[in-house]
Amino acid sequence: MSKSPSRTALRAGLAATAVVSLAACGTSSSDGGSEAAASLGATEGSVSILAWPGYVEDGSNDASVDWVSGFEEATGCMVDAKTYGTSDEAYQLMQSGGYDVVAASGDLTLRLIAADLVAPVNTDLLESYDGIFDFLKDKEWNSVDGVSYGVPHGYGANLLMFNTDEVTPAPTSWDVVFDKASDYSGKVTAYDSPIYIADAAVYLMTHSPELGIENPYALDEDQFAAAVDLLKTQNASIGEYWSDYLLEIQAFESGDSVVGTTWQVIQNSISSGNTDVVLPDEGATGWSDTWMIASESEATNCAYAWLDYIASPEVNAQATAYFGEAPSSEAACDFRDDCEAYHAGDEDYASQIWYWTTPVSDCVDGREDVECVDYSEWTKAWQEIKG
Amino acid sequence: MTSHRVSTYLAPRRRLQLASLLTAPVLWLGLVYIVALAALLVTAFWTVDELTGQVQIEWTTENVVEVFTEALYRTVTLRTLGIALLVTLIDIAVAVPVAFFMAKVASTRLRHLLVIAVLAPLWASYLVKVYAWRALLSSDGLIEWAASPFGGSTPGYGLVGVVLTLSYLWLPYVIMPIYAGFDRVPDRLLEASADLGAQGWRTLVSVVLPMIRPAIIAGSIFAFSLSLGDYISTKIVGGATQMLGTLVYDNVGAANNLPLAAAISFIPIGIILVYLAAVRRTGALRSL
Repeated sequence: MSKSPSRTALRAGLAATAVVSLAACGTSSSDGGSEAAASLGATEGSVSILAWPGYVEDGSNDASVDWVSGFEEATGCMVDAKTYGTSDEAYQLMQSGGYDVVAASGDLTLRLIAADLVAPVNTDLLESYDGIFDFLKDKEWNSVDGVSYGVPHGYGANLLMFNTDEVTPAPTSWDVVFDKASDYSGKVTAYDSPIYIADAAVYLMTHSPELGIENPYALDEDQFAAAVDLLKTQNASIGEYWSDYLLEIQAFESGDSVVGTTWQVIQNSISSGNTDVVLPDEGATGWSDTWMIASESEATNCAYAWLDYIASPEVNAQATAYFGEAPSSEAACDFRDDCEAYHAGDEDYASQIWYWTTPVSDCVDGREDVECVDYSEWTKAWQEIKG
Repeated sequence: MTSHRVSTYLAPRRRLQLASLLTAPVLWLGLVYIVALAALLVTAFWTVDELTGQVQIEWTTENVVEVFTEALYRTVTLRTLGIALLVTLIDIAVAVPVAFFMAKVASTRLRHLLVIAVLAPLWASYLVKVYAWRALLSSDGLIEWAASPFGGSTPGYGLVGVVLTLSYLWLPYVIMPIYAGFDRVPDRLLEASADLGAQGWRTLVSVVLPMIRPAIIAGSIFAFSLSLGDYISTKIVGGATQMLGTLVYDNVGAANNLPLAAAISFIPIGIILVYLAAVRRTGALRSL
């Protein structure tokens, strides 16, 4: 904990003497887009952060899990954090304003950029940026036309959780929540977001190859209809859909849910001891998250300080280990002993995970002869699936 | 001195008195409530940018047409109506005997205790009560534990859970008006009915029920309208159940489609208006 905060403090001190000139106000600039900060000034004293559960821990959930206090001591920026359950919820919260920093997955980043809710990030101002894996930088979900909009945080896969007493033998396929879901009728759970349609598409890639799905976020009408049908069948066996991770923890602990999609952090939080997680053979959807700065932020210096701090190897190692995902840099693995389990830095493995991406009508798999179903259709279909 | 001068000035000016008394509440009701509601409903006729979810002022009837033609909204409307009616009936069935006992049978001391007991749950947060029901309905919860020796089991999270939870939540709102209604029935009418040879059941149906009917209807307005718009209970104990409230919530929160959410909200508003119009014909509004 000692190395990076002191570095950050040094940098903040140096920066304080520098000229304050920030141009982060998006609405007044002529082209409608926001501009990145050219240099940094004194920190503002507080920063408001919107993030996935487990990303901003100050010890209040688990006394031994705390990387916020170190940041507050080093920079004087008091952290006010809020968690969200789905990218859609985060988007809605960002629209309502009031947040300086957001941790966004790939199905959220482009929407935030398109709506001018986040500003480009001047990565030259971030000391930790150099060490980050190159295969995470300047990707289609965190940059536009070569302009970076944030700092990569970590990546991982949506896993299959099961109750080890009820679901035997241990599953190796998603079929326990699709074709065999009726075996656990009323106790199957699924993620309550339209993006979950992609999980059905990943399953169909293996089990219905005749559909020719190449990318679960690029579905034409027929492929989309097949995924929706699969989920409508699944609906009959669903006990509940989850988007609040605390409710999922409770549902697995009490046995109300016995099988369904999950995150590693949920498995880490379950105390009943009769659950396990697996990455099924079909592969999985997943996420690659990016720390971004709100275009309307009035605490840009604290926001940059946070981006730098959370990307520093030791803190990034702590945060990503707690959530259960691969870290964003090789150096972070020095502070973790489980990097291999998450295949950190393994570019081939990383490419096997279908990272959440916003589905748009220009098929993201490169097909030009068909139009793909866009996200607004996904959201409508999702409500129909739930019936 | 000043206050004295103001009162001398106002004393003969009745209309000014009334105006200064009512301006603030009327503005509150008019601007903050009705205008805000109208502004929301107008967005039903606007469109939304599909990628960014930002509302654009381009007039269209597409959202409203979609809501009134697509099967999804019909199914969910019927389900919501069914839940609201069932909750109302259950609450009335529980509230009438309880209220009768409180008003006509219990001693004054016991009556006060019962009023406190009925109102006490209102002091706890709505969320606390719903989460308590989540624990109760859970498969390792109290209901399962109590029912399993008799071969029963918990209904779990779903329609039944929602109906049970909502019935519990709105019960005080139904008991109180009915209790007040019973309280207004003079004891001597019951005695007169008995003197004329009517049995208990006959007295209840011919004397008491016609008198407390407006109170029952008043109570039903609370249970019905509160159930119709609820979405939080459904999210917590409803399992995979969707209601009109959750559709609105999902369209605002998940789909970022405010126009569609506004269009959906026409349905419960319409239902409530019809319900209130029907209630008004019975004259029950006067006893609220």
